[in-house]
Amino acid sequence: MVSPYVIYFLVFVAYPLTFSFILIFHRWNIVTPMEFIGLKNFIRLFRDETFFKSIINTLIFLSIHIPLQIAVALFFAQLLNKKIKLRGLFRSIYFLPVVVSGVVVTVLWQQMYAYETGLINQILLKFGFKKIPWLVSPKFAMPSIAIMATWKNVGLYIVLFLAGLQNIPRELYEVAEIDGASSFQKFLKITLPMLNPTIVLVVVLSTIGGFSLFIEPYIMTGGGPMDSTLSAMLYIYNQAFYFNHMGYAATLGFFFATIIFLVVILQRKFIERDVY
Amino acid sequence: MKGKLLTYFFLLTGAVIFAYPFLWMVFATLKPEIEIPNLWLLSQNMSFKNYSIVLNKIPIIRAFFNSLFVSLSITASVIIFGSIVGFALSRLNFYGKNLIFMLILFTMMIPFQITLIPTYVLIVKLGFVDTYAGLILPAMMSSFSILVFRQFFLNIPQSLIESARIDGCNNLQILFKVIIPLSKPAVSTVGILTFMSSWNEVLWPLIVIRNEKLMTMPQLVTVFVLGGQAEGQLGVQLASATLLALPVVIAYSFFQRYFIESLATTGLKE
Repeated sequence: MVSPYVIYFLVFVAYPLTFSFILIFHRWNIVTPMEFIGLKNFIRLFRDETFFKSIINTLIFLSIHIPLQIAVALFFAQLLNKKIKLRGLFRSIYFLPVVVSGVVVTVLWQQMYAYETGLINQILLKFGFKKIPWLVSPKFAMPSIAIMATWKNVGLYIVLFLAGLQNIPRELYEVAEIDGASSFQKFLKITLPMLNPTIVLVVVLSTIGGFSLFIEPYIMTGGGPMDSTLSAMLYIYNQAFYFNHMGYAATLGFFFATIIFLVVILQRKFIERDVY
Repeated sequence: MKGKLLTYFFLLTGAVIFAYPFLWMVFATLKPEIEIPNLWLLSQNMSFKNYSIVLNKIPIIRAFFNSLFVSLSITASVIIFGSIVGFALSRLNFYGKNLIFMLILFTMMIPFQITLIPTYVLIVKLGFVDTYAGLILPAMMSSFSILVFRQFFLNIPQSLIESARIDGCNNLQILFKVIIPLSKPAVSTVGILTFMSSWNEVLWPLIVIRNEKLMTMPQLVTVFVLGGQAEGQLGVQLASATLLALPVVIAYSFFQRYFIESLATTGLKE
């Protein structure tokens, strides 16, 4: 009964993995025969400044996106955890961007970020602030994409945190209150440590998601301005499907996947040790 | 009391932040180009002109059915094969069972970035570029779904399975007549998750589909917005995005609770 899985595994997991080990030692444009070039792809990789820039861009994205996501999700989860009316309705509204395609969100936000006509700058002007060059300035472009990604995904993390909050026994808070703890102390000493498994989960999930950042810069900026939003995934895509550098792109993918794997493992070790 | 008011104030602000952009988008598609930047939703000159432009320029209805066919095929396959393998892993003893289980865990840990390009090469070699098969085959099984089914099936009483076996049912009959009817939560979770992710997938279609007639809906909208066919007209771009959002929003408004619960189980992944 497991034979369908065995076939699937051989064809779509084992074969691609094996083939990627072959590809990384070859130059290949998919049309002419493969040419063995030894370690040249790796040498090229280590000299490829654009690739390292794209990895740093991805890390910049993560370093804004993850803390922002956790802060916003915790904030709304705390509100929803109080005795309030219409909790279900609020939750459903916050969750709406999660189910909608990333393409919709990107097309919509591209317009909202427009310098002259965009919604956000118009609202900023109304409140007496200056316009911000969201997608036009290399400094703001990646943070803009990180804010948009947070808006899109945070609903899911609100739900996860809410479930985490509801699992914290009430008695813990009651005991703390008897001892005269302030709300801030309760948050710091009870809520945060008790939510640790959820926080680990949120960090790991949004890291994996963030490393595959692709369609947002692909549609919004094409990686610009000045490669400031060129994510690693977008760079690999361009190498493979725009320039047809299959061998080199496979090498990049191999290298990048190794980084992802290590980061996720390190993260889990680090966060779990840090809190306990 | 003051705290309560503040709570509602923040909750409402949140609701505006998450919902207003969508409302604005829908109304913007009905306005003339020049009025689109207005914050106010309504206009004197509303029309469906932008939608007729989209419908005339790109085969978006066709793309809707492409997406529907591909997503339904993937979902059906993931449920059928996932439950079969999940059943075998939870209830049967066979040679290599632990090995299979390890392979499934291993597969889940591999970042897709490493297999993306070799899988594309495989699809090229098989001649599946520009076919539905190219979209469906690589997604036909999911390790995560197998584990969800396995976990759920472990909690079904063995006595039910024994009595079905005494009645002469074989394994597949036991699975589909006894176990699946008892496993509706697992089926709907896997179903919604798989359907959502394949419906919204856009990187893979961009790679294997070049023929406009075979494009999935998110892919077609992406190509339309980027490729200059929208001629930089905001109203038209937003209209194509609205059409893309519509099916999911309709489904979501009917089955909110199931969507939220299913997506929240991505938590089980770790």
